[in-house]
Amino acid sequence: MEQPNLIYIKSMSGGNQAFEQKLIGIIKQEFPKEVEIYLTNMSLKEYRKAADNVHKLKHKISILGLQKSYAIAQDYEKNLLEGSTILEADFSDIIRLIADFLETQ
Amino acid sequence: MNCIIIDDEAAARAIISQLCGQAPQVNVIEEFPNAIQAIKFLNQNEVDLIFLDIHMPDFTGFDFIETIKNPPKIILTTSDTNFAIQAFEYDCIVDYLVKPISLERFQKAINKAEASSVNASSNSSDKVETTSGNDLYVNIDRRLIKINIPSIYLVEAQGDYIRVKTENKNYTVHSTLKKIKEKLPDSIFLKVHRSYIININKIVDIEDNSVLIKKDIIPVSRSNRPELMRRLNML
Repeated sequence: MEQPNLIYIKSMSGGNQAFEQKLIGIIKQEFPKEVEIYLTNMSLKEYRKAADNVHKLKHKISILGLQKSYAIAQDYEKNLLEGSTILEADFSDIIRLIADFLETQ
Repeated sequence: MNCIIIDDEAAARAIISQLCGQAPQVNVIEEFPNAIQAIKFLNQNEVDLIFLDIHMPDFTGFDFIETIKNPPKIILTTSDTNFAIQAFEYDCIVDYLVKPISLERFQKAINKAEASSVNASSNSSDKVETTSGNDLYVNIDRRLIKINIPSIYLVEAQGDYIRVKTENKNYTVHSTLKKIKEKLPDSIFLKVHRSYIININKIVDIEDNSVLIKKDIIPVSRSNRPELMRRLNML
């Protein structure tokens, strides 16, 4: 499975390490909150709202260089808008992967 | 170009702000997590460029564009490529950036915005008010109404409108202070506050940080006071 990385962050930081740390800090703060809202909406079967949450999470997936995961999230967002949760387990894996990575940062 | 960033995601705002820091043409003056706060800010302030997220809860980027009457240049920022066609239906949108935004692509968008600003300013005299000698024509309810420039004693900003006060009549025009200032002669008109342009020939008196023009007491901002004092024929 692909692994999260900081290639994008380093590419746009202009070598500013303080900014890189700041951005990672923001992601570490924002990501669990967004995941929590997503999980709440899933438990309530509010799939359209969950699709919005996935949409927002997609950006963080892409920031962390997870291209295949981004494609899965994109399909999952569409599925949720149609009321299908077929990719839920795959998306849960992506969330876990990012959460584990952020713990190491 | 003074710009603001509107995005409900803090990470996105941080990235755009960082990219702006690497573009000398751009100066970020404010960031907003939602469009409503940005609208309130724009009611009081002018900006040249907005980085606008489309996908925001409650009030989308497109809702925002529909709400503001004279939108400045806008660069859309989104994770979604599906809105590109809709985006270019709006004249104010100069580019469409898909997240994650690379430095190269960002710089290209800034160049487009800059080129677009140059075009807009070179055409502006045809769009807003037209002048002919001592007269200024303003567009009110699809009629061009002639105003004698020396008779104007005060122009006041009122949201998306300006109030032009003359000796005989007052006019409310859909325009900005910035645009009308370009049409008025600098020799007699002076912006004394972000919301007021005065005709210095019509000043009755000056007290501390205000001027009396006819019966209107107009505030003078600290930064504009030296220029006002310089322009007066003082004994």
